[in-house]
Amino acid sequence: MDYFLTEEQLMIKELSRQIAEERVVPVREELDEKEEFPWEIMNVLAQSDLFGLFIPEEYGGLGKGSLELSIAVEELSKACLGVSTTYAANALGTFPILLFGTDEQKKKYLPDIASGKRLVAFGLTEANAGSDAGGIQTTARKDGDSYVLNGTKQWITNGGEAEIYTIIALTDKAKGARGASAFIVEKGTPGFGFGKKEKKMGIRASATRELIFEDCRIPKENLIAKEGMGFIVAMKTLDSSRVGVGAQGVGVAQGAFDEALKFARQRVQFGHPIVSFQAIQHMLADMATEIEAARSLVYAVARFMDSGAKEFTKVSAMAKLFATDVAMKVTTNAVQVMGGSGYMREYPVEKMMRDAKILQIYEGTNQIQRNVIAQNLVKEAAKPK
Amino acid sequence: MNIVVCIKQVPDTAEVRINHETGTLIREGVPSIINPYDMHAIEAAIRIKEKKGGKVTAVTMGPPQAESALREAISLGVDEAVLLTGREFAGSDTLATSFALASAIKKLSADMVICGKQAIDGDTSQVGPEVAEFLGIPHIAYVRKIVELQDNSIKVERMMDEGHDVIEAQIPLLLTVVRELNEPRLPSLRGKMAAKKADIKKWGAADIEAPAEKLGFSGSPTQVKRIFTPEPRGERKMLSGSAEEMVDALIKELLQKKCL
Repeated sequence: MDYFLTEEQLMIKELSRQIAEERVVPVREELDEKEEFPWEIMNVLAQSDLFGLFIPEEYGGLGKGSLELSIAVEELSKACLGVSTTYAANALGTFPILLFGTDEQKKKYLPDIASGKRLVAFGLTEANAGSDAGGIQTTARKDGDSYVLNGTKQWITNGGEAEIYTIIALTDKAKGARGASAFIVEKGTPGFGFGKKEKKMGIRASATRELIFEDCRIPKENLIAKEGMGFIVAMKTLDSSRVGVGAQGVGVAQGAFDEALKFARQRVQFGHPIVSFQAIQHMLADMATEIEAARSLVYAVARFMDSGAKEFTKVSAMAKLFATDVAMKVTTNAVQVMGGSGYMREYPVEKMMRDAKILQIYEGTNQIQRNVIAQNLVKEAAKPK
Repeated sequence: MNIVVCIKQVPDTAEVRINHETGTLIREGVPSIINPYDMHAIEAAIRIKEKKGGKVTAVTMGPPQAESALREAISLGVDEAVLLTGREFAGSDTLATSFALASAIKKLSADMVICGKQAIDGDTSQVGPEVAEFLGIPHIAYVRKIVELQDNSIKVERMMDEGHDVIEAQIPLLLTVVRELNEPRLPSLRGKMAAKKADIKKWGAADIEAPAEKLGFSGSPTQVKRIFTPEPRGERKMLSGSAEEMVDALIKELLQKKCL
């Protein structure tokens, strides 16, 4: 369907697709098997200016918005969710600086991020703070001109590979979530180390590690926003990034659907290509419809965000929820359409199905997205008319 | 350093179809691309520019639609582009093509000219070296590695059937390059935006001050008389086994055929 993309948006789509087809598809199986971080592809994305998409021009970026980022993420996700997760997590880690950073912080970090010279990671989750982000235990103690960080972040995408980390830690334990603050920590800071690389079900090209802080001292200038703002920084960051997870869902679903359709046209049973059987046709029709609905929602929400909307928590949660549930369903059905072949590693759909599962879990499980949507519904209903 | 890259727009297929009546390539319905070897030439030129500064200009001769190949070159990082186009260039063989390209390059005053080793449609490998001759500069063909680049000289590896030569030459010069030289990059977004807006210079015979008799059909001493698919060669036999066994079998065979 024609989404009336601008010429520049079409350019971004075409370039991202070219990178996906020429540089990602040929290596995705190997990256998955070896659980290898896709540095080469990240370098291609850097050279192609894609890391600068959503960063303002004054800081070396292209000054585009959520829709452009979603388009790039969708195209990369068609080929490999491990690669697109690495790329999208970079944006996730950048949002705290972009949304709340001082001009000095932006000048210091954004140009390197825009050029792809330095990768970013976002550190919120901990062993006891997943869906309950308020349960974080990592602390940041003010000490003269520094903050001293202690604690362990868990399952951090791009952990170890990134050079810039935006970290949520408690500056005032007594206040709970209201005592949280956001910080920038650079790789190589004494007292900042990494745990083992996690072994995952899918998105195995992406790196997932623990971040370990042991009396890690950082300058007080690395505080993002103000003390006590950490939870707000985290929530606004997730509001901004969620639609990108939806775009990942659209991409991987489309990738799996394309494979299933191609296969169904070639596979002959009972003397006919299986695509001629109504059982297969109805599955394909449902899959295609769901993908188009998910894409429409993701693009509409991204456009709404880019229009300068201030409050988009509910709709971004809807986009993430719907598109990623579609991704799980469509990738599962793509395997089903392809039968035994779909289950084999020789074809890419089993990987897509394994990969898709994370989308219903990370950046807020889809159960949490439903909570968020419902909370906003209740809030809206209670507002005086 | 001023670098000129000669590129050619070719049909995107190894299976070139031929019009048997005219003896020319059928281009209709076949998407066009930049000749793959020329992509390596563009990459080499851009890498030199990134290191040493300067400017890269892409030049092609062809029909008006060849402009899209030049825009693609700009999206990869080429700064300027020149399209030699017009009826006067039609029917050029390699000599007339080389003369036209060399005449254009003279106007651009290049320190270095880089070409792909050959085009995948014509496969002659002649145009690069001929351009160098018309320009009166040295050339090194089949470059697989640039070992060292100084302001006035260059050291390269030239690919040979077995191994390679190391050659040092003065600048200005012309290189033709092979796939082993580098991996061509993909376009950048800024490059694509620049390509859209870029002003492609369109030059005719008058712009390059070239006499008409040296261009196009009249400047081409060779003409394609007939294009055909060669008959498969006659009887063939593959020998296998150890070297000794194969040598013995070969001698026996040659003796039988009274070749020895």
